[in-house]
Amino acid sequence: MGLLKKVLVTAAISTALIANVAHAENKKIALVVKALGIGFFDAANKGAQEAAKELGDVDIIYTGPTDTTAEGQIEVINSLVAQKVDAIAISANDKDALVPALKKAMERGIKVISWDSGVAPEGRMMHLNPSSNPLIGNMCVKMAADNLPEGGDVAILSAAATATNQNTWIEEMKKVLPNYKGINIVATVYGDDKTDKSYTEAQGLMKAYPNLKAIIAPTSVGIVAAAQAVTDAGMVGKINVTGLGLPSEMAGHVKSGASKSFAIWNPIDLGYAATMISYNLVTGKEEAKPGAELSMGRMGKVKLDDNSEGAMADPFVYDAKNVEEFAKIF
Amino acid sequence: MSSQEMQARFIKDRLQGRGERLLRSWEALLLAVAVIIFAINVWSSPYFLDPWNLSDATFNFTEKGLIAFALALVIISGEIDLSVAAILALSSTLMGLAMSHGAGTPELVAIGLLTGLACGAVNGFLVSGLGLPSIVVTIGTMSLFRGIAFIILGDKAFTGYPSDFAWFGQGYVFWVISFELVLFVLTAVVFAVLLHATSFGRTVYAIGNNPMAARFSGVRVERVKFILFLLTGLMSGLAAVCLTSRLGSTRPSIATGWELEAVTMVVLGGINILGGSGRIGGVVLAALIMGMVTFGFGLLNVPGIVMSIFVGLLLILVIAVPKLVTRIRQVRRKG
Repeated sequence: MGLLKKVLVTAAISTALIANVAHAENKKIALVVKALGIGFFDAANKGAQEAAKELGDVDIIYTGPTDTTAEGQIEVINSLVAQKVDAIAISANDKDALVPALKKAMERGIKVISWDSGVAPEGRMMHLNPSSNPLIGNMCVKMAADNLPEGGDVAILSAAATATNQNTWIEEMKKVLPNYKGINIVATVYGDDKTDKSYTEAQGLMKAYPNLKAIIAPTSVGIVAAAQAVTDAGMVGKINVTGLGLPSEMAGHVKSGASKSFAIWNPIDLGYAATMISYNLVTGKEEAKPGAELSMGRMGKVKLDDNSEGAMADPFVYDAKNVEEFAKIF
Repeated sequence: MSSQEMQARFIKDRLQGRGERLLRSWEALLLAVAVIIFAINVWSSPYFLDPWNLSDATFNFTEKGLIAFALALVIISGEIDLSVAAILALSSTLMGLAMSHGAGTPELVAIGLLTGLACGAVNGFLVSGLGLPSIVVTIGTMSLFRGIAFIILGDKAFTGYPSDFAWFGQGYVFWVISFELVLFVLTAVVFAVLLHATSFGRTVYAIGNNPMAARFSGVRVERVKFILFLLTGLMSGLAAVCLTSRLGSTRPSIATGWELEAVTMVVLGGINILGGSGRIGGVVLAALIMGMVTFGFGLLNVPGIVMSIFVGLLLILVIAVPKLVTRIRQVRRKG
């Protein structure tokens, strides 16, 4: 028993020390993520800490389950309710299953918002989307057009033909096309989010359209495959690959010049904004209801729609200047 | 040494007295661990000793506990059922399907329990009817049952269960005593009586210790095993009713990984993983310990992975300590 006791006591003391760092009078805002140990969410925590520093009287509780399960998140929510935190900002593993637990949290006076991955409206006060479909569509065309002052032929490499989000973004791209002079979308092909198929489709595009100047791939798999295909075909500098991708996967292609820039939400900004919104709800300065405008510190304001949802900002653009730094994060 | 061998040897008719046996039992050790963990929790977090918080914490183990009780019997009989979480998922999915066709609360509960029974019957038939090894069978049905749930639901979810259905997972019988907690206690009593005070319970031990001897003693081994798998299916169905009601929705990924948590609970409860021994009281204590550890660490915002490590260490320690003590004592006696 001696050893067992020692282990238990050591565990307890070390955990108690962690807990005692928090100050009682500070506002406690819990940033609950899908699972711990994911770079994207660790970066969001960085943003939350930045917001806490700016605000001064905030303690961030960064927590989440080990696996991305709703049951795990409910256990976490229950323990946060028990600690009487002031706000819970959650990226949900399941938009419906968390509703009863979060409803209970709100009944006990806790402000609940969701960010990144949303909760059904009855289980939260507002939802913060990293961006919106029109903003994403526009940014994709803009990144291609910025490097084509003379205009030119552009093709889209999507995921599956049935992918709802991809199709929405492509529609939005087509809508904003008149704003960008000389940019023609000549083809849309589908790589099914598979590396080999996306690669072959990108090769096909280069063969079929000799005047092709840019490939827009609004998928993290497609953009990497297209950049590789362009590199292998020796077309770096002639064809620019852009779209939505992850910095860690794209850093090499930005360095080689196959991709001048690409975009994705910035998790740091997202964690920062979620914390700012939570804080303003806790202090009662602002109220989350349809049509309200909530302030997010340096990120400006977010306007809520009828479902109390809002879009934070344009997708964040990564290029040679900042990609290395973010590649370390996610 | 040689002179000692010549002396008459004193042989006790019982290795330990009743009191000593109780004190040295696994349950006593678990009780000590539970008390220590409780004390540490009280000491380390001001929020722990709050009736409502403790009540919330019981949901961490009640549903898994329901499954663990039945699973304990299966493991004592020398078999295993790894499909319990998948049965739960399929039961929940079929309840959702029925709900979307307008079924009311009594029908939903019946469907949940019957689905569990049917799944248990499939396992039971494959194991005792065809004589296949249960670990292989239930790994197979684990994929099968959850696979059916995925076919029915895909990436969608069933929501909008009737409001009175919510009572099973969110309702309270009296003050902070939830329906699930009452169900947990009642089930524990039923299974304790079944295992420790009926001839059926004795046959379960007999099969686990030596199936051949049990068969020659007139025990209908296959039938008993079939009943045990039926029971596990039924309890998984019951857990499905509770969890579905608590979540208010069904997704095919519901209760992912619970089979291992249930097995951990059973083994930590002192049930011999090879069969033949163990008591329900131990499983109850193990459920309490795991629930308290999860909740206590949650209150201190300790990352989940540390909890997993802790439970793993606890499992190894609780199993190793009694063995080590025996070993040390033997060495000393020889010395």
